[in-house]
Amino acid sequence: MSNRLQPILPEHDTQEFWDGAKAGELRYQTCDACKGVVFTPRSHCTECGSTKLTTRASKGLGTVYTYSVVRQNRSPAFADLGAYAVAYVDLDEGFRMLTGIVGVGDPTKEVKIGMRVQVEFEPQDSGEYPVPVFRPA
Amino acid sequence: MATQERAAAIVGIHEWPKRLDPGVSALQIKAQSIGHALEDAGLSWKDVDGLYDAGEGEGGGGLGLAPYLGIKPKVIDTTSVGGTSYEFHAAHAMRDIAAGRCNVAVLSYGSKAASQRIPIGTGGPRAGGSWQSNMENPYGTTLIANYAMVAHRHMHEYGTTTEQLAEISVATRAHAMRNPQAVQAMQDLNFADIREITIDDVVQSRMLADPLHLLECCMVSDGGGAIVIASKDVVKGTKKPPVWLIGSGEATAYKTNSNDITTSAGAQSAPVAFGQAGVKPSEIDIAMIYDSFTITVAVMLEDLGFCKKGEVGEYIKGGRLRWDNPDGPALNTDGGGLSSNHPGMRGIFLLLESARQLRGESTSQVEGAKLAVAHGNGGLLGATHCGGTVIMAAD
Repeated sequence: MSNRLQPILPEHDTQEFWDGAKAGELRYQTCDACKGVVFTPRSHCTECGSTKLTTRASKGLGTVYTYSVVRQNRSPAFADLGAYAVAYVDLDEGFRMLTGIVGVGDPTKEVKIGMRVQVEFEPQDSGEYPVPVFRPA
Repeated sequence: MATQERAAAIVGIHEWPKRLDPGVSALQIKAQSIGHALEDAGLSWKDVDGLYDAGEGEGGGGLGLAPYLGIKPKVIDTTSVGGTSYEFHAAHAMRDIAAGRCNVAVLSYGSKAASQRIPIGTGGPRAGGSWQSNMENPYGTTLIANYAMVAHRHMHEYGTTTEQLAEISVATRAHAMRNPQAVQAMQDLNFADIREITIDDVVQSRMLADPLHLLECCMVSDGGGAIVIASKDVVKGTKKPPVWLIGSGEATAYKTNSNDITTSAGAQSAPVAFGQAGVKPSEIDIAMIYDSFTITVAVMLEDLGFCKKGEVGEYIKGGRLRWDNPDGPALNTDGGGLSSNHPGMRGIFLLLESARQLRGESTSQVEGAKLAVAHGNGGLLGATHCGGTVIMAAD
């Protein structure tokens, strides 16, 4: 269990994403008009402005685009994590997501740009929404 | 240069001298700095007809600052884009003055970030419940971590090293040690070891967010200042040599599903500014570039066109950015955010030191300095940010 900050809901753009997390799905959107991939979730396509979007479930596989290991965070929500890795992960379906990397011994040594990772839904003491994070695939 | 328009100039400046000042409010810093800057210009309170403000501090902005100051401006611009708000303000004042909308514009800044112990870089999350915060806050990405992710990607793509980035910290500390206000700042803010630093000092300093070390991160201070920008007709009667605003550009950049995180908004704003000014980066004497972190400067030197993308490590080696290196440009000759002041939104200091250099008043004066660029960054490099570029020329 972990004590990460929870999303504050209801919120119009992100509710469906977090409902997905609760159902064990990593959700993203595609545009019916231009086929563009939309992430983070919105009610319009950032490529063409269309509001005809379809929500889809990702396979949850991706590649670390970049990362950092946070050694100091004054927010108590992260105190228990020690040094922890944050990253941008490029999902195979074509969207880039800010996330955390877990399941490594020493994040300062074992997280690498280009490494393949897989989503997992980390349950939280802090609330009902599990947080999608990634571990080495 | 011959075709350059010289419609507006910085004619008055003031930098709040203290970096830890529990005895004043942020608004008092703003108001008193405006008074000093007007005095510096030889102008009066009544001359001000343009107000530019980021709304920071304790009740500034379009509704707050004019009544506090007691002025009735004809132009009110409250563009608020984080730390580079002041480059945007200077750009807008230049445009508004050229269009005849106002003649004497003031911009000001005041912050108590150190007195109020605001943990800017390592602090808590965004205010909750928005489309952004709901996707970011669960991950604990500190402000520093956003910049660190840019640094990691830059290192991965181009082989950039901490030793190379450290050149930026070393040069700005050397400049700070020549600036009595910066030395006082480091004393007042309890810096452990107040001296010039080496590349090794930077590499050995504590890691805050991999790969960024403590000595690659700006300080948190109090501070502020003010700038008076006037039309060419007003300039004729001012006390100090004018510093002409000759080019500006503004842009935003943000995370998409495929953007290159190592390229900032500066890549869009700089060509516009240099184009308007009719000058090239290689002609610039003074580079005042927002040094929130080493990587910020590194990316922006590339994006401003001083060197190609990926080549900054090689470009800055050997102390190139020092005030006394003839290869130039001289970087952040006041000591920068790394070693002089960073009250949260540093953009105004980029303009202030540019003006001092082009007047011949810097504590690390570059002889014969004719051209300066101020480039600010507001928001988070690597995530959502704005970039503002202002090019200035000596009279």
